Formats: sequence, C-alpha cells, structure tokens
Amino acid sequence: MCLAIPGKVLSLDGNNGSVEIGNMTRDVFMHLVPEAVVNDYVLVHAGCAIQMIDEAEAKITLDILKELAQNEIC
Amino acid sequence: MKFVDEFRNNEYTKILVEKLNNISSEKMNIMEVCGSHTMAIFRYGIRDVLPSNINLISGPGCPVCVTPQSYIDTALTLSEKGNVIIATFGDMMKVPGKKGSLTKKKAEGADVRIVYSPMDCLLMANQNPSKKIVFLSVGFETTAPMAAVTVMEAKKNNISNLFFLTAHKIVPPVMEALVKEKDLIIDGFLLPGHVCAIIGSKPFEFLSRDYHIPGVVTGFEPIDMLQGLNTLVSSVSKKNNRIENDYKRIVKTEGNPSALEYLKKAFNRVDSSWRGLGRIPNSGLEFKGEYEDFDALKHFKIDYEEYDGSPGCKCGEILKGKIKPPDCPLFKKICNPENPVGSCMVSSEGTCAAYYRYHKDTK
Amino acid sequence: MDDMITLSHGSGGVQTNRLINDVFFKYFNNDILNQMNDAAQVELDFKKLAFTTDSFVVNPLFFNGGNIGKLAVCGTVNDLAVSGAKPLYLTSAFIIEEGFSIKELEEIVKSMAEEAHKAGVKIVAGDTKVVEKGSADGIFINTSGIGKIYENVDINCANAKVGDIIIINGSLGDHGMTIMCERNKLGLEGNLKSDCACLNSLVDTMLEAYEGIHVIRDATRGGVAAVLNEISEFSQVTVALEENMLPLKEEVKGATEMLGLDPLYIANEGKLCAFVPEAYAQEVLNAMREHPLGYDAVIIGKVTEESGQKVYVNTVVGGKRLVDMPSGIQLPRIC
Repeated sequence: MCLAIPGKVLSLDGNNGSVEIGNMTRDVFMHLVPEAVVNDYVLVHAGCAIQMIDEAEAKITLDILKELAQNEIC
Repeated sequence: MKFVDEFRNNEYTKILVEKLNNISSEKMNIMEVCGSHTMAIFRYGIRDVLPSNINLISGPGCPVCVTPQSYIDTALTLSEKGNVIIATFGDMMKVPGKKGSLTKKKAEGADVRIVYSPMDCLLMANQNPSKKIVFLSVGFETTAPMAAVTVMEAKKNNISNLFFLTAHKIVPPVMEALVKEKDLIIDGFLLPGHVCAIIGSKPFEFLSRDYHIPGVVTGFEPIDMLQGLNTLVSSVSKKNNRIENDYKRIVKTEGNPSALEYLKKAFNRVDSSWRGLGRIPNSGLEFKGEYEDFDALKHFKIDYEEYDGSPGCKCGEILKGKIKPPDCPLFKKICNPENPVGSCMVSSEGTCAAYYRYHKDTK
Repeated sequence: MDDMITLSHGSGGVQTNRLINDVFFKYFNNDILNQMNDAAQVELDFKKLAFTTDSFVVNPLFFNGGNIGKLAVCGTVNDLAVSGAKPLYLTSAFIIEEGFSIKELEEIVKSMAEEAHKAGVKIVAGDTKVVEKGSADGIFINTSGIGKIYENVDINCANAKVGDIIIINGSLGDHGMTIMCERNKLGLEGNLKSDCACLNSLVDTMLEAYEGIHVIRDATRGGVAAVLNEISEFSQVTVALEENMLPLKEEVKGATEMLGLDPLYIANEGKLCAFVPEAYAQEVLNAMREHPLGYDAVIIGKVTEESGQKVYVNTVVGGKRLVDMPSGIQLPRIC
C-alpha cells in the first residue's frame, strides 16, 4: 500500500494544494504536510501529500553514488 | 521527473549490483513485507541480479490481499443495494469473496466506481445526494492518515451520505508474529519505506532489540532497492543487528508527526484478521466513537463476523516463507491469476502469481 | 433539422432519408456513395485484397485528440495498412441511441470525412439504426474496409526472425491514458492527448525504404505488450525490449507512475511496431523520422536467439521483467 510519487507544489489554498507530477497537475490534500510551501517537493500517495522530500538528503545519496561511479572509471 | 529519474540511473544501479554481489557468500533469507516492494522487485527484475546465496522472500504482501474474505463479502452485499455506490481503489476490484468479486458485481449492474483518492469520495457524496457512498477504506499506515483526514473533512462539512467500510492494518504487529514463528528463519527485513514515512523507523526497533534481526528502511526506486539490499546483506553478514534508514530523503526516525496526530485522533487499535495468517492482536485500526456515524457496519446495521474461508489454501505458509507455491495443493490446479483463491495469487505480483507467470513453461 | 435523434430516424422513412442527406451525405460525399445503391459498386484491377472490420464503443465519445468517428476511420485504415495493403474503401454503420444530439453526430461524421480524406479512402456504403434510450452508449460505430495488397510485400505476424530489430513510431500509451483520465475523472489536468491517426502513409514510407519488412502491427487495445506477445507466439520467437529505450511523454510517465500502470499495456491509436531485418533497420528508421507520424520513431528492442516464446524487458537494473499477454482491464492501484 505504498505506491507514491514525488510532486512539486505549484499553489496552496489552505489544506488544498495543486501539485505537479510529470507535467500533469492534481489537487492534493496537504493536511499531513502543513510546513509545505510553493516549490517544495512532496510525496503524493492516493491524492494526499504524506511527507516532505528532503532535497539535501537526496543530494547526499546521489553524490555518494556519483563519487563511486567516478572511482570506477579512474 | 525529479526525484524519480535520478534514482533510476543505470550507471549507479550497475555499481550497486556489483557491490551487492561482492559482500558475502553466506546463505541468507531476506524478507520484504510491503506489496510495493514486491512490485518493484518484479518490475526491475531484481531477483536476476541477486547473488545466488540470497533468498528473497515476499512477506504478507499488501493490505488489499490480506483482507479477509468476510470483508469482501460485506462489500459485495452492500453493492447489491440499489441506493449504494461502492467507491474503491482499483486494487480491490478482483479480490475474490464467496460470491465473486467487485468486478463481477459491476458487470451484474452494481454501481461500483474506482477512485484514485478517498478525497474523491467527498465530491462523489456531494454530487449524489440521494445515494449512499461506501468507501472501501483499506491500507497500511501509509493510507490510514488520509482516511482520517477524509472522515474529518466529511464531518466538518456535514456530509451525511458517505460511509467507510474500514479494514486498515498495521505492519509492525504482523512482523512480530512472523519472527515469533519457531521454524521461520528470517535473517533480515527490507522495511516498508512509505509506512515508515508515516510512523518512522522507531516502531521497528523491536526487531533489533528483542529479536536481534536487522532491518533497513528501503525506498522503491531501483537505486533505493539496491542500496537497501546492500546495507541489509552487509548487516547480516557482519551480524550488525541494527535498524538502518536508507530512505532518508523521505523517512525521519520519528516519522510524520502531523500524520501520526491524525491517526491518533481518528482511530483506535484493534485486533485484526489477516487472510492466510489468522488473527493478529493490535494489528488493525477502527474509527473512534466520534466518527462511528461514518462507519458502514454501524449505519447499515451489519452484524459483521470475520472469516477467512480459503479451505486448502496454504497462503499462510507461503507468506511465512516456509513453503513455495508448487507445494500448495491448490496452486495451478484450482488457484490461478484468473481465479485466485488466496492472497498470494490475488495480488498480481504476489508470490504465487509471480511464480505462476515465471514458471508457466515448466511442467 | 431536428436537434435530437428519434426512433423515426431509424425507421427507413422520410426522417431517415433526411438524416442521411443532411448529415452523412453532406460529409461523406463521393461518386460511389452518391449513386445511392443498396450496395456500393466498385471496380477493382487487382486480385489480392485485404478486408477488415472493427467496431468502436469508446467512452467518452469526444476526447482530447479526437472522437469516436476519427477512431473508427483510423482503426480500420490502420488494420489495412499494417497488413501491407493500400486502404481504398470503407463502409460505416451507426447504431445510435434515441435522444443523441444531432449536432454531436454531425461533428463525428465530419471528423470521419476529414480523416478519410487525409487517408485517401472513400466511405462508400453505410447504415443507420436507432435503438431505444438506454440500449446503446450514445453511439456505436462499425467500419469495414478493403485495400489492395502490395506486390512484393509479405507482412505477416508469423514472419518475425531472430535478429529482427523492433521499431516503434513514437510514445507509448497516449490514447489509453487520455481516455482513462477523461473517463474516470482522476483529477489529473494536463496535456494528455490521444495519438489517434491514420498510419497508412507512414507505412508507405517504411515500405519504400525497405519492402521486405517482416511484421508491422498497430498497437491498439492491450498496448504494445499485446502486439508483441501475439507476434512472439505466431513467429515462435523471443522478444527483448530495452527499458531505457521505451519512449514516453512526460504526461503519460507521470500519470502511469501515479496510478501504478505499465505503459506497455496501455492502448494506442496511432502507433505501430515494425520488425525489420537488422541490415535495413537504420534505413527504415531514418525514413520514418522524416514523416510527421514518425518524427519520434525509436528502436525499442530486438528478437533474440533465446528459445521459447516470450517477451521481456531488460531493466535499468540489468534484470529482466517478463511482459505477459495482458489479462483483464488495466486498473489503477495504490499498492
């Protein structure tokens, strides 16, 4: 029960948000992420944002892999 | 797509696969409990790149598939009422009850509608004032908070024609039930990333603390899955029995406090039946008293008796990883993807359904 | 003109004739049809003809990128084209629900005429029936068509060979996702658009580049997965696709990821798969890319030497995912 997809918050109106997912937009319940602001990325599951996406952590993960990849080439 | 494409980079997946194949040659049993992990493993062909010493077991699958037959039969009975619209996630349509499935009822004329989100039910209720909308509210901790939000919005907006037939389940208790099985050897768990997004990694610490089994909170993109497997295999081989988090961009140790608050406000913990596994204490969620007017069982005065009812089905043993699908007497002969009996075949990527597909050429 | 279809429009009398003249003949106007015989009379100068039929029941009737009428013409034209035939004549039969808007009917018929003209085919015979309210979903259309099979062309489902390169003319799943989103009101807003199009001129371009193409099939219901499985079975070959090469519009990618669907199983109405011997694949691909319906043509896989008949995808992880024949309808999931 875990199919969820990242989306970008385009606008907010109280507890309702408009989120962009792959060039499509959908109205999403934002009750569970009261800290979200426009341009944040959130994880959307069944029409509800269930968590914020921590961009810094994502970068850490990818940077580690990038370094590993570069070491492989050298 | 941001936060998707980067985590499918095949240069990185190649490195992670290579690493995974060079950690340990020790035989080990790894279990993943989340249906979405089962799907991701199939989608990316992850079994093909695992070293042969790793046995990957699919656990209790998804909450739709472990929903007991009595729940489906109740939904089917409600669908027969002329003024009822059944609103359901697509996953539920093919789950078999004693009298068929929602797909069959729809074909017979019942008003069954697929919704992507419970919030769509609020609109449906407003647009159909003379009808009673019954939402089949199923799901793990990932989905339960939005059911809470929906029922609260319904109450706030005085919506009187929306009802919930709830069957929400909780993950940690079923995992504890599994690890308590004496003859079950699981060396490590891939922990469900999106359940953990809500409840955090703390509720799974009992695995490490009380049972000395490691677990890794794992996401669902290829890089996430391979990373999680790498960490877990490494933990198992080094006998490092900790709970690790390999999905930090989504999962915090304490989870999502807002979501947890909604769960607390709307639900009580209750005992619950899992198809193929029996009754597990404290593993289900039911609406609290102040939302009982939205409970379908109460509104329609249904005397609900739970039953599993899959005679001869060995899903329980398969879900525990004790036997393989061909060991079940119903496999292929009676139980197949077109006519599934138990939960392992109901889910298109359940252990039996996947086995059926992969080995269809084998006699 | 009346504004709604009534049972009298199907009774064969004055109202029927008026409808035929004011709507069907107005747009389908051609020398054969205008003879108003009970059967179209055509003279053919060839012996081998391709003959096909298809019925169209889509809901919603009007969608971004087309309508049921456009589908009805393109569907039959495409079946002829991918059989290695030049589409020539179509028939169209309508079953219309009492109460249907004549304005909408006119829009549908106008679309059909436009597509037929673009494809170079004539609609030469037809029929109209009206059924009581509730007995049809607005309108059902059947089209049948004949075409002249090209000489020196042998396109057959059973002709795929080891080493063949598989080419598709563009992105997967556009039509099916457009319909799904519009029908199920999934709340998704965006630029999803059906790819509905007549592919005969693209097929001509491909055959001009190399007339020995082994298989061409249009990927409609059941998506590319259905077509490739059929070819795999009839030709007794194994098909390997490359996940990285499967073309997807961002909208379809977003929508399918969100709903847990596999684009390989989603319907198309303007896409074909071609199995081309390796030596000629680049030539065919280049020719396709010069054609408006083939600008985004890509190689998506090949026929391998492996035994058994199956279709699989080489994933980004380096594993394999089996792509079975689709079973049942594609349902959105959250698990």
